[in-house]
Amino acid sequence: MSTRTAFERARAEGRATLVGYLPAGFPDVAGGIDAMLAMVDAGCDVIEVGLPYSDPVMDGPTIQAAAQQALDRGVRTADVLRTVEAVAATGTPTVVMTYWNPVERYGVARFAADLANAGGAGLITPDLTPDSAPEWIAAADAHDLDKVFLVAPSSTDERIAMTTAACRGFVYATAVMGVTGARATTSDLAGPLVARARTAISAAGTDLPVGVGVGVSTGDQAAEVAAKDGIGADGVIVGSAFVRTLLDHPDDRAAGLRALRALTEELAAGVRRA
Amino acid sequence: MTTRPERTTTYDADALGWFGGPEEGFGGRFMPEALVAALDELTVAWQDAMADPEFVAEFDTILREYAGLPSPLYLAERLSAQVGARILLKREDLAHTGAHKIRNVLGQALLTRRMGKTRVIAETGAGQHGVASATAAAYFGLDCTVYMGSVDTRRQALNVARMNLLGATVVPVDSGSATLKDAINEALRDWVASVDHTAYLFGTAAGPHPFPSMVRDFTRGIGDEARAQCLDRFGRLPDAIAACVGGGSNAIGLFTAFLDDADVAIYGFEAGGEGFETGRHAATIHAGERGVLHGARTYVLQDEDGQTLESHSISAGLDYPGVGPQHAHLAATGRATYLPVTDDEAMAALALLSRTEGIIPAIESAHAVAGGLRVAERLAAEQGPDATVLINLSGRGDKDMGTAIEYFGLVDGQDAEEPIG
Repeated sequence: MSTRTAFERARAEGRATLVGYLPAGFPDVAGGIDAMLAMVDAGCDVIEVGLPYSDPVMDGPTIQAAAQQALDRGVRTADVLRTVEAVAATGTPTVVMTYWNPVERYGVARFAADLANAGGAGLITPDLTPDSAPEWIAAADAHDLDKVFLVAPSSTDERIAMTTAACRGFVYATAVMGVTGARATTSDLAGPLVARARTAISAAGTDLPVGVGVGVSTGDQAAEVAAKDGIGADGVIVGSAFVRTLLDHPDDRAAGLRALRALTEELAAGVRRA
Repeated sequence: MTTRPERTTTYDADALGWFGGPEEGFGGRFMPEALVAALDELTVAWQDAMADPEFVAEFDTILREYAGLPSPLYLAERLSAQVGARILLKREDLAHTGAHKIRNVLGQALLTRRMGKTRVIAETGAGQHGVASATAAAYFGLDCTVYMGSVDTRRQALNVARMNLLGATVVPVDSGSATLKDAINEALRDWVASVDHTAYLFGTAAGPHPFPSMVRDFTRGIGDEARAQCLDRFGRLPDAIAACVGGGSNAIGLFTAFLDDADVAIYGFEAGGEGFETGRHAATIHAGERGVLHGARTYVLQDEDGQTLESHSISAGLDYPGVGPQHAHLAATGRATYLPVTDDEAMAALALLSRTEGIIPAIESAHAVAGGLRVAERLAAEQGPDATVLINLSGRGDKDMGTAIEYFGLVDGQDAEEPIG
């Protein structure tokens, strides 16, 4: 199911969409599924399942630590697909966030087919831009999968137009120039970037939703990102802060899940406050 | 270096950095969107600079007056007599800071200044590229931060001290395997956040476009000089040329001038480590699979899920699980042949060159010597003593004395012959 359905529902409710990330296999495969189901239950509209990778150049220390833990425990690409299947079964759009090499290694067409079979919505590709992605675009189109590419504050207007035109589901706007990780204040780069993305999207005559990620960790920040008179994003994407709740409770999973739920509820309230 | 050979070869990348095209070829750019604008800016700046006679002349002047280049092409007579073929050594070990790497960093730092950026970052494995970068940064008055795996900062404390003395900040990297590939990851993370005022001095002819082609342009003086020196002295081209290949900057630097000389056989020697059967090696072209690492499609040592495998070599400079995409292309097209040389073979060649010629090579370069001598023996058998093999002696061995002491048991007064057998 496309992430688009979640954005449409949130739009109908006059609020922003909450997109939550956790890597698969963290703290282990079953524990990761439990955590994502808790996020669904507590108010995440879209789940982003991270595919742990040995060389994650866009990730800060928090997500690196979780992904490394998952790899150290032997998580496999098949486990990621299994996780997608379990989460997507709730009816919540579930998208995979992955660096490119594991997909290429699995086989791009085969990955697209298996992801679609698992009920996955599509892929977010942090190190694959549309101009380097003809094989993925063809495979995604064959299975009606979401293609979520990133735009950044450094992107030129031409590249924002090219990227938003290639996206399906939503476009991922990275709010800061930097890697993933919680930031104390909301970036002042996010607003102008969302505005530039919107300009490109309306020039193309579509209503592709714009999600803002990187650095958001609190309900107040979520409200700020979603505020129509502020940054005005259609979606608020949160990763490291969710990971942090589990990292902070390494020996007490129940406590970790409670903290995860509490954060999800706070963020879900935040996107509704805007 | 007054007569500069053709800028282009038939093995160059297309405008988007693909060697051999985007479908079957290697290279390209698999990078976060946040860095694309900077890579585009760098591509334009590099192409403008290479077409600007003033930039080229200034680069040549700096190489000559500061780095001690061109390096000599040396006829190794005692070694030649032993092998029965003519062995020529391109003496990059005599360059400032002890290796060919000074060419690349001076080129990139000169370009950094031209682009108006004030800070450089670099990754380093054993520390050679870090020392070279710190040197170039000092020369140009740029702020310099070097990322180095924490395993390596412990193993290479002397080079950390060198970088500090040169005014650079060394940041130990604990993530992943805490070695070279993780230092590259961390440098890229820095760059995503600092790209408006910072240049990334990439240490080898790998990574996203334009790095493989740009680093080649800055190191190709090795082959341009060697080709002219060989013609000048012997009135002919060598039958074969040889270089070691980790990421591949010294090798592509040597190979480029010869790529369109169809009669010159080209050999790259990868680190065979402890041998394939052990799984502990860094022979990426020989044993790797097509994949994407650090922004380029190339051969990668990876598991069946596409996770990067740890490489191994006694030589830190060859210890990298990827390889420059142009080398992948040259291997795929058959223009160059890539073969492994084990740790033991390299160390035997290091001892041989030390005793026969009075030259202690870097262990990286000893791989080229070992492989080059293998080629020379075969050619000598086929063609006799006029057979000519040109080997790139990419660096000197001072930095490797700790390894040599341990390998040969030198401190105990053991004879170097013993472990070689």
